[in-house]
Amino acid sequence: MSSIASELVWPRADFTRVPYAVYLRPDIYEAEQERIFRGPTWSYLAHECEIAKAGDFKTTFIGETPIVVSRDKDGAIHAFVNRCAHRGATVQRKPFGNATEHRCVYHQWCYDQAGKLIGVPFRRGVKGKGGYAADFDLSNHSLRRLRVETSCGLIFASFDSAIEPLEAYLDAPILKVLQRTFHKPVHVLGYMRQLVQANWKLYPENNRDYYHAGLLHQYQATFGLYRPTQTSGFELDRLGRHSCSFTEAGDYDRSEAEKAYAGQQKYDQNYRLLDTSLLQLLPDFADRKTSIIMNVFPSVTVQQIFNTIATRQLRPKGVGSFELYWTLFGFEDDSEAATQLRLKQANFIGPAGFVSMEDGEAMELVQRAIVRDSNEAAVLELGGRGEISHRCDHTLDDSAVRGFWRHYTRLMRIPLPQAEERGS
Amino acid sequence: MSDLMNTLATERAIAALLHRYARVLDTDRLEEWIELFVEEGVYKVLPRENAVRNLPLAIVLCEGRAAMTDRIRSLREANIFNEHYPRHMVSNIQVLAQRDGVFDVSAAYAVFQTNLEGQSRLFSIGEYQDRIVFRDGTAKFLSRIALCDTFSIPNLLAIPI
Repeated sequence: MSSIASELVWPRADFTRVPYAVYLRPDIYEAEQERIFRGPTWSYLAHECEIAKAGDFKTTFIGETPIVVSRDKDGAIHAFVNRCAHRGATVQRKPFGNATEHRCVYHQWCYDQAGKLIGVPFRRGVKGKGGYAADFDLSNHSLRRLRVETSCGLIFASFDSAIEPLEAYLDAPILKVLQRTFHKPVHVLGYMRQLVQANWKLYPENNRDYYHAGLLHQYQATFGLYRPTQTSGFELDRLGRHSCSFTEAGDYDRSEAEKAYAGQQKYDQNYRLLDTSLLQLLPDFADRKTSIIMNVFPSVTVQQIFNTIATRQLRPKGVGSFELYWTLFGFEDDSEAATQLRLKQANFIGPAGFVSMEDGEAMELVQRAIVRDSNEAAVLELGGRGEISHRCDHTLDDSAVRGFWRHYTRLMRIPLPQAEERGS
Repeated sequence: MSDLMNTLATERAIAALLHRYARVLDTDRLEEWIELFVEEGVYKVLPRENAVRNLPLAIVLCEGRAAMTDRIRSLREANIFNEHYPRHMVSNIQVLAQRDGVFDVSAAYAVFQTNLEGQSRLFSIGEYQDRIVFRDGTAKFLSRIALCDTFSIPNLLAIPI
């Protein structure tokens, strides 16, 4: 595999710069598929409720590798690469279903619910002619199986058989939020997908960039919903690879709001929502947090925004494209009214989200404008330079984004500048 | 003969509504879009993969004209999205059934987007599932569901389908 390490040196050791090359170079993208998606990382696949019954399966991706996640007849969960061991064809063509076995249409090679090869047509030939050799061993030709673990019902898999357990990988701050959010059984209300013409890494950056929240997303300011007295902050795990931000409900103080937004065009007292029913809040949680955005390296964000609870899975599709796959959940014990409220609040999120649609535009704007400037870099100095904060009681700080790059360069084995070359 | 004339007039009025819907969206008359619905009208953009699995989640859900007004106002004043010229094509219009003055109508749609460099792409294709009524002689939507075959939305959805 080509080494990019000798060619790309990260411009700043404190990660206050991000070279645009990482969003553009195909060799870097190739290396990511190997070093990150097939490296020492856990990738989110699905929630257990999506494959609740024996035989249930779903197809998904880790990086660009197609994956089947399934539940066997004993209730155990398996994940394997969706590529026939014979000639490489896609085995399971349906996006979801229930099956006692998975058969490749090309030659009918048959795999069990764990991806083990159990049947090969004409193995012993016909009438003594042809077939496979006597020593052809089916157990050498199973589908490539991944390590699978779950936490709070979320199913993760890894290509790395030596990786630390999932809950150690998630680490305490993340795990606590996961347990708080998925604190009772859930069911799926539906899916939403966006195909974004931008490099996949722009998405975790966007989710960790709390600076843009009130500036790019102007819905709350426009409709007088901004609460400057609300508290917000973020926390990283011990290695700074995952990040979780939160916003806690505050009370409305008009003069504070106007002060905070002085000079910004969008703070306007004249607009009010006509239909305020989507602002009713259910008491889903013991705390007053109205939003939590938790980005787990490399490719999933778990979110709670008001009463919308969702996972957002990243599926890279080439260096300049990715699909964002949203799964919206409700609680099993929701009343019909609660379900209807969650469905109504889904207007806030997803591809048409009142507070999320702009992210898509912002990312595509970046991808288009950097096209000839691999040698230039993004500037991440909000909150200062040098140390990356692991905890912050405000959100005007780029530490969460820098933490992503610190872990990224580690996994990608991209060298940092030598001491004498480091930025101040 | 009179029944036939009534049917033809009704179908013509229904087709005119569907075409007018496309035209107001394509000519940036988003506020008029709202008026094509009855007061309690419902507009939904439903991904086909959810419909297939009987899952209720819609990408856009407007229950009532107040909600529609909020959405249009949000697009006008708050949201930032790709600047483009939309073009809605409607065809295969069929009145499937009629009961108690409510017409079940199906149509195929295609929405194209052209960016400010003049490059066009297919944005969404699917089916309109409409329930249409006549109020004071004017055809209006009781409900419109845009069932998206293109449920992997190209980036974002701002202007209604």
